[in-house]
Amino acid sequence: MPAFFEKKQLVTPGELLAEGDYLPGENTYVENGKIYASRIGLVDADNKKVNVVALRAFYVPKTGDIVIGTVVEVGFNGWTVNIEAPYTALLRASDVLSRPFKPQNDELSAVLNAGDLIVAKIASYDRAHDPQLTVGEPGLGKITRGQILRVTPTKIPRIIGRKGSMISMIKQETNCQIILGLNGVILVTGKTPEEEEIAIMAIRKIEEESHTSGLTDRITQLLKEKKPAKLEENKIE
Amino acid sequence: MSSLVTKVRLRQIEALLEKGKRLDDRSLTDYREIKIEQGIIEKAEGSARVFLGKTEVLVGVKVETGEPFPDTPKEGVMTVNAELVPLASPNFEPGPPDENSIELARVVDRGIRESHSIDTEKLCIEEGKKVFVVFVDVYVLNHDGNLIDASAIAAIAALMNTKMPNYEIKDGELKIKQGYTPLPMKSHPITVTMGKINNKLVVDPWLEEESVMDSRISLATNEDGNICAIQKGGSSYFTPQQILEASKIALDKAAELRKKLNW
Amino acid sequence: MNEKPDKLIDKKGIRGDGRKADELRPLKLQVGVLSNADGSAYIEHGKNKILAAAFGPREMHPKHLAQPDKMVLRCRYHMAPFSVQERKSPAPSRREVELSKVIKESLEPALFLELYPRTGVDVFVEVLQADGGTRCASITAAALAIADAGVPMKDLVVACAAGKVDDTVVLDLYDAEDKLGSADVPVAYMPNLNAVTLLQMDGILTPDEFEKAVNMAMDGCKKIYAMQKEALKTKYMVVKEVEE
Repeated sequence: MPAFFEKKQLVTPGELLAEGDYLPGENTYVENGKIYASRIGLVDADNKKVNVVALRAFYVPKTGDIVIGTVVEVGFNGWTVNIEAPYTALLRASDVLSRPFKPQNDELSAVLNAGDLIVAKIASYDRAHDPQLTVGEPGLGKITRGQILRVTPTKIPRIIGRKGSMISMIKQETNCQIILGLNGVILVTGKTPEEEEIAIMAIRKIEEESHTSGLTDRITQLLKEKKPAKLEENKIE
Repeated sequence: MSSLVTKVRLRQIEALLEKGKRLDDRSLTDYREIKIEQGIIEKAEGSARVFLGKTEVLVGVKVETGEPFPDTPKEGVMTVNAELVPLASPNFEPGPPDENSIELARVVDRGIRESHSIDTEKLCIEEGKKVFVVFVDVYVLNHDGNLIDASAIAAIAALMNTKMPNYEIKDGELKIKQGYTPLPMKSHPITVTMGKINNKLVVDPWLEEESVMDSRISLATNEDGNICAIQKGGSSYFTPQQILEASKIALDKAAELRKKLNW
Repeated sequence: MNEKPDKLIDKKGIRGDGRKADELRPLKLQVGVLSNADGSAYIEHGKNKILAAAFGPREMHPKHLAQPDKMVLRCRYHMAPFSVQERKSPAPSRREVELSKVIKESLEPALFLELYPRTGVDVFVEVLQADGGTRCASITAAALAIADAGVPMKDLVVACAAGKVDDTVVLDLYDAEDKLGSADVPVAYMPNLNAVTLLQMDGILTPDEFEKAVNMAMDGCKKIYAMQKEALKTKYMVVKEVEE
């Protein structure tokens, strides 16, 4: 019962991965008992499950995910939000306003207007309806400062690192607050633009080199190199 | 190719196909009843109306004079246009030709053109300057499936019915004389369309079968048993074996139809 | 401006552009060439120069065209006015409308349409220079653009044409052979699924010649498929060089 690949081999859509005893994992599909890749990525087997870690994919909403989005339109009873996914998301006014909502009196654009950035959680999503958002938890809501960058959503786990080790290191070394939207949108908020730039540089490097080894060391080195001297002084004091 | 047919109907169609049958009692390779009437539009130089089951297509041919194309100065010109007339189906909307009507026209055109059905050299009036231009207008009047074959048959029947005005060149000018000459034709190509449902090829799919088929393939062949045009359509695929099977069926059915229509 | 050659293939079996009957024109493929598209690819096939871009899956505009139970693929094949010998009007011709349709239908079988209902994927193909076989080159590039956009696919779709010049069945017709030859058979293929997703033919062929042409076109497809995979892998392998 064969597998036709080597660990971490780069495969393309339609490439035959395995036959027989194996189970189809992420970014694979089955036809006539054979497992094929459906996206370009790196293939590996987890026990009997064949997975392809996609090098290029778009975000598909999942209930419970934290995402960062842009308000696109102010509607009658809520806002339409672009979460960089095939579907636009909806944030209901009733979710945001702490009191009962009166369409005639309440001016929604005063609360959130087109162009505003928000951190939200996917409250519900199924294939028949657009995703519904909520900001009713601590840490969620309108973003007022910081820089936004977009990465391929499949890279987010690598940016987080094992048990959050990678992202913690970046936060610590740059003194930045970093919110990672699972939709590939990242918010970096630092005390100075320079620190924000270093954090962004580190994240970009991880995105580009995510599938190579020795990355953690290279990022550590980058963060140490780029740290402006002044920061070091501040820290000692 | 979905939604119009309920799931119950779809299962009915599929179950019958397993037994080699179809809803209207046809075998997988039978055509519906074909009726042809020619010369029904007197103001057109040629015309024909075809009923293929309940599908109805009317073709009118107008012959005018015009300039030849620069790279074929001795040949007449033919052009095919198709209208999916709104009264023919609730899904046809008024407006300029959409991709379906353009595909239909071009597939019918290819069958006629590639088989050299019209003897275009005999349409030359004055080399490089004046030739006969043959306008073939396909008018779909009722859509009950397989517009391609119905239109192709109607087009050939209309061309067979077409008469060109007699003329003479006097003092360098074209003058129309009394009388007519039949449009010179070299062959009568026949197009056979098959739909693929559950990996079975069905000849002459009718409307409900078209709603459930995942792809179709049409082949135009001539009297010599040669293939002169092919068009695969639809969102699915054919294996190479299915393509060869389809070409055999197309040749067989074309020969059968040719005999029946006396072409 | 162009002279008609007496023979398109000489006694030694060499064609007008120096190729043998079963030889492909030179090909170059690049993936990820446009920064604004979700996915893109560029192909040079003989003198053909074609750019393909894919956007999506994204919400359909206009909304009423969205399907409740599946993703919709839209495709636009368009030729630049300067792409051919005699300037072509920028307005879509009937040929471009038909080709847009058949190209779309050649790519649809590769997609998992049921996975993203109510969305659409838009594919744009621009022929910058044309020299015969543009629909095949377009499909080859469009499939790469879709894969580059991260849209899951059952297989890459690859396309190649075969035909007949003088009395010989040949592979990959260029413009002169397309215009002066006696048959042209473009084929699009998904090699891993043995699926023909585009098949057209114009000209006159005996059933045997037709079978030979289809087989020859599929062989050509398989060769180009290997190049497609290479092009896709090359884009994502570039990073590996950083390490070395």
